[in-house]
Amino acid sequence: LVGSDEGLQQKLAEAILREKKDFKISIHLATSLPLPSERDHLRPRIDLIAFMIDIKSKYSLKNVEASLAHVDASFFLGKVCFLVTGVGRVNYCSVEMNAIWKLGEVYCSPVLFCELELEGIRVATAQRLLRMLQICAGHIPGVSALSFGSLMRNSADD
Amino acid sequence: MDVTVAEYIRRTVLKIPRDEIKTMLRKWGFLSETQLQTINFHQIKENISQDVVQLCEENSADIKQAAVLDIIYNHIYPNKRVWSVYQMNKTGEETEFFDLTDFKKKFKRRLRSALKNVTINFREYEDNAVWIRIAWGTPYTKPNQYKTSYVVYHSQTPYVFISVSVLKSNLPLLCQALVVASNYHDIHEMELRSHSLNSLKDIVFKRYSQNFQTYYPRPLQERNVAPENGDLRIIQENRNEKERIQRVNQEVFGDGPQPKLEFAQYKLETMFKSDPKMDVLDEKEPFRCLVKFSSPHLLESLKSLAPAGMADAPLSPLLTCIPQKARNYFKIREKKGFFPERFVSP
Repeated sequence: LVGSDEGLQQKLAEAILREKKDFKISIHLATSLPLPSERDHLRPRIDLIAFMIDIKSKYSLKNVEASLAHVDASFFLGKVCFLVTGVGRVNYCSVEMNAIWKLGEVYCSPVLFCELELEGIRVATAQRLLRMLQICAGHIPGVSALSFGSLMRNSADD
Repeated sequence: MDVTVAEYIRRTVLKIPRDEIKTMLRKWGFLSETQLQTINFHQIKENISQDVVQLCEENSADIKQAAVLDIIYNHIYPNKRVWSVYQMNKTGEETEFFDLTDFKKKFKRRLRSALKNVTINFREYEDNAVWIRIAWGTPYTKPNQYKTSYVVYHSQTPYVFISVSVLKSNLPLLCQALVVASNYHDIHEMELRSHSLNSLKDIVFKRYSQNFQTYYPRPLQERNVAPENGDLRIIQENRNEKERIQRVNQEVFGDGPQPKLEFAQYKLETMFKSDPKMDVLDEKEPFRCLVKFSSPHLLESLKSLAPAGMADAPLSPLLTCIPQKARNYFKIREKKGFFPERFVSP
């Protein structure tokens, strides 16, 4: 999970861990990429990168954009997604929707809108991320990260 | 008793929170203890205030006593007003002994020579603070007790805290009177304003915790310690960065609570620098722009920006210099590359 809001990251990570699953998962929280190189040897394979953007903060968008430059191209075949929070507070939006849509298009990755401050939505988002993670890690036979990603994109266009 | 005085006392009592009325009346000391015992302080405020007025009637209260009650109220609740800080300058180096009686006499004389219709009251407090209450009238009308200015002067310092309220035109006269009465040469406004009188005092008397440039050597063991908050499946990658932010914040803001300010205002008189292709402003005229930051507690919120992930650390010095420079209203003019155009990180 990459994003500038630590508190929200932590809460989402905990929600993900609380879900029932039959595989081992480890969640890395970072404020930006690249990840510090001194821990490279301790890190397992990364299956999914979720970038968290807060619509109320231009800073969080800039942060994510800068981090995207450090992601290896192979991740954009379905292993990246954007989580956008803060949409409920229309008066405080400082990031334009166009910028968000463009981000999703340019990087061919799904954009999920979720008010992570609300527990119900946090739980739902955690479940979605887990499903995506299973696919990206290759645990679901017959469905690859790429095919799932294009499935999500096509349904969003409708 | 004058009917206007009665009304004024009634309204002043109504302002006081019910639980505090008895204590404040005691501090006032105008009503005797026996008289205070006759009031039922558990009834609604409307009735309490009526009872108080009744007793004041018995004691024949005049405007002077009513004004003292108002001073006491404002001394306990200064945050209901906006205070500006002024600094006086002396030409010579001599530190004269402060004579309170002389000060009061000169102040009243100066003010009254220019404007006869004023009510002036003084009250001294422990920390060498002299509180002055002035109710303003005009050459043709009696002083309006609801249009008051307050001055807090710490006699051992050159600082004066003024809460002007509505009639700003009387300000020059007030400043003149202060300068004459305190034997200073002149007075200027410090561009420092807030609701919190104590925070303003903290800033000018340097009573807040300042940042000291101490070197804190970080023990190496800390880096490899696993996070105490339980789950080892959650790994914080940017621990070092987070620690750096905390360190920088501590260096800039210090450890203790910040003085309470509500605004920081920057008036820009700088040239607009745009992409030459955009061709926005042809005339070489400064672009007038006002940037205002507002918050219930500005300095604390600035302090929490970087840890909350909303700004880079360190913050722009234009924001962090506020307590040291003792001002929160700035004018930024074009200087050869001294102040950068974009002065806020996010």
